[in-house]
Amino acid sequence: MPYDTPSDPEAFRQEVREWLEENCPKSMRTPQPEDEVVWGGRREKFKNPDSKVWLERMAEKGWTAPTWPKELGGGGLDREQTKILHQEMGRINARIPLHSFGLWMFGPALLEFGNEEQKKRFIPDIIHGRTRWCQGYSEPGAGSDLAGLQTKCEDKGDHYLINGQKVWTSYADQADWIFCLVRTDNTVKHEGISFILFDMESEGVETRPIKLISGSSPFCETFFSDVKVPKDQLVGDVNGGWKIAKRLLQFERSSISASGFGAARGSGMLGLEEYAKIHVGTDKDGALLDGDLRGRISDHMMYAKAFGLTVKRSGEQAKAGQEVGHTASIIKYAAAKMNQDKFELMIEALGTEGLGWEGEGFDKGAKMATRAWLRSKGNSIEGGTSEINLNVVSKRVLGLRDHQ
Amino acid sequence: MTFVLTEDQEMLRDTAVNFTRDELPVKHLRSLRDSGKNGVDAEGRQKLAELGFFGVLIPEEYDGVGMGMVALGQVMEAQGRTLAATALLQTACMGASAILLGGTEEQKKEWLPKIASGEVTTALALDEGSHHSPAGVATEAERDGQGYTLNGAKKYVSDGHHADVFIVVGRTFGEAGDTHGLTLFLVPRDAKGLTVKSLNTVDSHGAAHLTLEDVHVPESHVLGAPDKGMDLLEPVLDRGRIALAAEMLGSATAAFELTHEYLQTRKQFGQLIGSFQSMQHRAAKMFTELELTKSCVGAALTAVDEQRNDISELASLAKARAGETVHLVSNETVQMHGGIGMTDDHDSGFYMKRARVQEALLGSASFHRDRFARINGF
Ligand SMILES: Cc1cc2nc3c(=O)[nH]c(=O)nc-3n(C[C@H](O)[C@H](O)[C@H](O)COP(=O)(O)OP(=O)(O)OC[C@H]3O[C@@H](n4cnc5c(N)ncnc54)[C@H](O)[C@@H]3O)c2cc1C
Repeated sequence: MPYDTPSDPEAFRQEVREWLEENCPKSMRTPQPEDEVVWGGRREKFKNPDSKVWLERMAEKGWTAPTWPKELGGGGLDREQTKILHQEMGRINARIPLHSFGLWMFGPALLEFGNEEQKKRFIPDIIHGRTRWCQGYSEPGAGSDLAGLQTKCEDKGDHYLINGQKVWTSYADQADWIFCLVRTDNTVKHEGISFILFDMESEGVETRPIKLISGSSPFCETFFSDVKVPKDQLVGDVNGGWKIAKRLLQFERSSISASGFGAARGSGMLGLEEYAKIHVGTDKDGALLDGDLRGRISDHMMYAKAFGLTVKRSGEQAKAGQEVGHTASIIKYAAAKMNQDKFELMIEALGTEGLGWEGEGFDKGAKMATRAWLRSKGNSIEGGTSEINLNVVSKRVLGLRDHQ
Repeated sequence: MTFVLTEDQEMLRDTAVNFTRDELPVKHLRSLRDSGKNGVDAEGRQKLAELGFFGVLIPEEYDGVGMGMVALGQVMEAQGRTLAATALLQTACMGASAILLGGTEEQKKEWLPKIASGEVTTALALDEGSHHSPAGVATEAERDGQGYTLNGAKKYVSDGHHADVFIVVGRTFGEAGDTHGLTLFLVPRDAKGLTVKSLNTVDSHGAAHLTLEDVHVPESHVLGAPDKGMDLLEPVLDRGRIALAAEMLGSATAAFELTHEYLQTRKQFGQLIGSFQSMQHRAAKMFTELELTKSCVGAALTAVDEQRNDISELASLAKARAGETVHLVSNETVQMHGGIGMTDDHDSGFYMKRARVQEALLGSASFHRDRFARINGF
């Protein structure tokens, strides 16, 4: 039981360092191209074979989910140790072994609301990247007003029967399983929703990709006609799904914003100020020639730094036992603004170099930046729009009331 | 970096918040203004000294309480909440720091106990133009046998109208714009040739223009290494910027609370104005900015106590972000109060006016954006 008792952080750091040194393949210590990102699941092809080795080794230690309980295959680390693990991974530029909705949002919710059987059945597969999950929340008539969802779930005695449509389901066409909000009672709104899980290969499930303005097709329209779901795949109580749904959204908001929408992931894209220096030029002191752009880049970088410090502060406060539940929406709102500002500035700094779409004649990193700029427009929409997050802050945190 | 206060710091914070609320509320500043005192408050100064606030940075061996920068930040934030006109920024922070970081043992023994007891207040006389520019000093400091002779003029020295001792930055060689060739001098208010002209300022705190005509300063009043004044000036300024950012955070927080309260009490169209979404979203954005600012100020304060090497970067970050936030919040405070926000009777105007002064002192957001960019190599 090496890490269960409060152990010496420096000894732990040393141990992690040695383990990473021995186990992290060399090619996993380089910037990660988009097409080598590992999402796991039945269909994962591991374009780079080292990424498979890396995932297996990390998962074996439970370090893909460092804070999850050991008995379910997690790392069983405390916050401090997790921080050390991430610092040490950062030190050698180790790639993130697994990207996963299971790790970021579904798993934490299941650990809180699932029964023992469900945890044993689903959690280890998430940790090892054997099951890829998608999120069946939004519907054509229920976006911001999520509780207005209509996908019908009927109790058929020995199973449930699901009919309806979801939309904007990210990676539904690549996912193995879905965690899905369904309506089990028509007569009430929030209290008539349940949280259910099923295999995307079940009969009656159909997905159709939707193309984004950035050119990629990460999400789908998803149709369910007479999908049969075993009863033990409902999480929590019948009609008790809203509570789980909301909690999961908190995990979603925190994880997407803490990662800065993954914008920092190594990818061959240069930093904002680096592009500016190349394409705008500098004076003899190294200052950008466009003083206005320089000021705005500096302002953005300060905002980003303030954001990072805030995430850190909220972590330290949580550790000290202070109430920080209110920060998820603030952080999600600020992260979206920050990431969008960053790519706006980046495209401006790139000038015409930032206007390529595909083919020759443009720098590869610059083309990625252009796509990333377009993708960033979704940051203020996905996981709850900025408007909805501001509503949450003003109502829940500031206690401002609705019209009476 | 620690963002959670220790018990001692927390206690100091509570003392400071209660004290400024009870003894130095905005009403007090208003009465100083209306009675023509121009922000000069001998009684307030005495009380601050009794609470030990002037000695927060000063070690016990020089009669201070030696609690450090995070602690001083709590006091500054508290004074910012009520816009209290005090000599703390100039004296407890910059004056004490200049002597601690640059003073000889003799100078420390002479000045620090007097600062801690409130007997002496100081003011940094640096800028000569309308914008903060540490290297822009032209004031001549010529060697004269037993010391130096100073000639020049200093503009808008905050707290200069009532300071007992000035820390004057002079140029011993080179020309305005050079970062070398600066020297710091302790110049008592009654020095021959020094003229102090009081200014009536928009924030009712007051300030002064100084002129120095053949002011003689003995060798023993040189602070830090001659000609290398920038090495001392920069860390002193950074501490001042961070403390001022803490004050600004306090002002912005208080102005926000005032507004928040109003949103929940004022009715129009039969509804609380805080139930209108355009008001709610702006309130939520202000709150987000306040949270980000709080993180920056906290990080900058701890950086000083931990003697980290990114103090300058964090000082510019804190001062610039606090500047943006205090303007956003104080402007919105007036707007969201409607007509009453425009009246002198209401406090919101005081916050907006003080914000402009806070912005201009020790470098505007634009100054610090430039500095931040330079520190980051672009
Ligand atoms: C990149 C991306 C990935 C996504 N992935 C998933 C996924 O995996 N699974 C999933 O289920 N969903 C996913 N979504 C869907 C996302 O959660 C919804 O798009 C989002 O909740 C908004 O709903 P909507 O698109 O229906 O917009 P609407 O709700 O119709 O909103 C339209 C506009 O009206 C504003 N608005 C609505 N109500 C209010 C109000 N009360 N006050 C003020 N303004 C309001 C909104 O802010 C927005 O600006 C994804 C979306 C994006 C962009």
